[in-house]
Amino acid sequence: MSVQYLSSEFDVVRNLERCVSCNLCVRECANGVHRIDERSRKLVVDESKCVDCQRCVAMCPTRALKIVKNENSFKENANWSADLISEIVKQSNTGAVLLSSMGAPKPTPVYWDRILINASQVTNPSIDPLREPMETRVFLGKKPEQIRRASDGSLDVSMEPQLVLETPVMFSAMSYGSISYNAHESLARAAQELGVFYNTGEGGLHEDFYRYGANTIVQVASGRFGVHEDYLNAGAAIEIKMGQGAKPGVGGHLPGAKIVGDVSRTRMIPEGVDAISPAPHHDVYSIEDLRQLVYSLKEATRRTKPIIVKVAAVHNIAAIASGVARSGADIIAIDGFRGGTGAAPTRIRDNVGIPVELALAAVDERLRAEGIRNNVSLVVGGSIRNAADVVKAIALGADACYIATAALIALGCRLCRSCQTGRCNWGIATQRPELVQRLDPNVGARRLVNLLSAWRHEIKELMGGMGINSIETLRGNRLMLRGIGMTEKELDILGIKHAGE
Amino acid sequence: MRVIEAKNKSFDVLNDEIYQSGDELKIVECLGQRFIASGSRGKRIVISGVPGNALGAYLAGSEIIVEGNAQDAVGDTMNDGLIVIHGNVGDAVGYAMRGGIILVQGNAGYRVGIHMKEYKEKKPAIVIGGRVGSFLGEYQAGGLIVALGLHKDDKETLGAFPCAGMHGGKLFVRGGLGTVSFPEQTTVKIANPEDLAEIRPLIAKFCETFGYDFAKIIDEPFTLVTPNVANPYKQMYVAN
Ligand code: SF4
Ligand code: SF4
Repeated sequence: MSVQYLSSEFDVVRNLERCVSCNLCVRECANGVHRIDERSRKLVVDESKCVDCQRCVAMCPTRALKIVKNENSFKENANWSADLISEIVKQSNTGAVLLSSMGAPKPTPVYWDRILINASQVTNPSIDPLREPMETRVFLGKKPEQIRRASDGSLDVSMEPQLVLETPVMFSAMSYGSISYNAHESLARAAQELGVFYNTGEGGLHEDFYRYGANTIVQVASGRFGVHEDYLNAGAAIEIKMGQGAKPGVGGHLPGAKIVGDVSRTRMIPEGVDAISPAPHHDVYSIEDLRQLVYSLKEATRRTKPIIVKVAAVHNIAAIASGVARSGADIIAIDGFRGGTGAAPTRIRDNVGIPVELALAAVDERLRAEGIRNNVSLVVGGSIRNAADVVKAIALGADACYIATAALIALGCRLCRSCQTGRCNWGIATQRPELVQRLDPNVGARRLVNLLSAWRHEIKELMGGMGINSIETLRGNRLMLRGIGMTEKELDILGIKHAGE
Repeated sequence: MRVIEAKNKSFDVLNDEIYQSGDELKIVECLGQRFIASGSRGKRIVISGVPGNALGAYLAGSEIIVEGNAQDAVGDTMNDGLIVIHGNVGDAVGYAMRGGIILVQGNAGYRVGIHMKEYKEKKPAIVIGGRVGSFLGEYQAGGLIVALGLHKDDKETLGAFPCAGMHGGKLFVRGGLGTVSFPEQTTVKIANPEDLAEIRPLIAKFCETFGYDFAKIIDEPFTLVTPNVANPYKQMYVAN
């Protein structure tokens, strides 16, 4: 007998009084947890393969299933948690680097939860969004510094290209390849209906989705997969990916096994060959080089599209953003430490980078101090979880937010964090046709529209409570925020007062 | 043919003129203007003078002929077309190139053909007549890079660290390799006639363009470098 160094993480509990042996769970679980035993013809389980994606639970017609944490436990202590022990076991089994998906799960402080929002009382009336108009539209791009006039004295109203968002929330980059065709279609259609944008990620743009171009941000990453002139011109804006919050300083790597069919065509690389995006762009070693890339993209698109530069939130983010703001970029996207990913080395995901709240406050402050805040718009992501996070981000200085994990949850994702296996039972992080078809783009798009419509309403309510009727008035309005349970230093960086002050 | 004076013009003004001109044009007195003909298609552009960085970036099918040297990032992410340089080029020629041909008569700087890719009939090619700087073909995922080592002033044809992370495509080097070494994930061998058949038309085009004797060039032995794995990082990870 071989030694089983790790016990399974979950137990599959089947209520036999309810189970009608329809065997739906067998078909639903791509991980092969539920199985009919050849000999006994009975339903059996191999719980060691379960990732707790909750698919079988959600599909079971008699609600007979439950996935629970395995009660069997290591003898943990304050220093050696069960996670740490299992990681050591996995590495000593294989000699390999640990690879994880989705955002950092460790209990690093979430500053959103320590920030409280103001409301009007008595002297400054609040506004009822059901009765009065509330403006949630934002424009992303360079803003003119001063009023300009033509030689005949008339106002010069020309503007640098802008993105117009009906709600200050966009879907952030997820490549076709890391997520499915149907997931992309859901995002694209929802973005169109909502008057916002989704982002292709670095995997190119499937030809079927060119028609959503007016609501698409196309990404250019170090691997330049699927980047060509038509692609650049297809979107409403171009995003240069310099970094990602979940894995700052690390590139992307889509295994050859996922480079199949349409994914291979869209990325323009042969099937089965690894898609490697190195950590740096090998032609960008300085702000001057970045400027060259920004302007080459502007020229290739005849200066009609705003250029976004996406960077990970890291220690010197304020100085970095200041450089980026001078590179000619129109929008800076800052991706925080807790941002999601299809796959990232665990050690990087959990230890590299800083929370986006601190990064945003530091960047907004720095750009203002240098008098260049109007050169760029700021978009933050990683991770924005609800409408209150959006309102807090805008009050801290953001122009808009990026969401991805929240959008995937709306599509069915249950954060099982096994995207890298390619067997997503919800049809999201997979390319297997039988799994992909589980996600109906009609349903997916509707759920995303529902989510952001609800958020938009909540944003309006929160703004109304503060007596603010336009998102522009909220931006950088840090007086609307108070910290709770924070040190002087934290308050200082966030530029807010403590609750009660 | 329309002639455009580049003197004292900024790149955006120059590009606007290029885009608005017909299909045949000549740019004279070019002096470092960047991004020339970026993303353009269907044109034939002759340049006299020295174009600046990112000449023909994202090129979508135009032909660019430079009657002299060019600077960095020529043909960055080029998709289709032809770029001919009657001189030397700077660094990062053909970064992430995925189609079309770049012919350089002289030497090239660092990081030639990094991230070059191919897909089905789209197969990019770079031919460098002289020497090539270090970090040639890093992460090459497809396409052809040919270094001819003509006029090399007794120096080695290749610089240091070629082909790191190579996982597709081919590198051909004419003549002796000298002391350069290749990474483990590549196979290095003397090219046989079948191997050479693939680059013969390319070399013929090079000779015709710059006036070299084809027979003389093809008679020297060539070394062929190919990757020996398509998935260099497969065994490196365990799911957590
Ligand atoms: S992996 Fe998902 S579908 Fe399979 S048993 Fe576990 S929860 Fe159910
Ligand atoms: S996308 Fe799918 S595989 Fe990834 S965490 Fe969500 S449910 Fe799991």
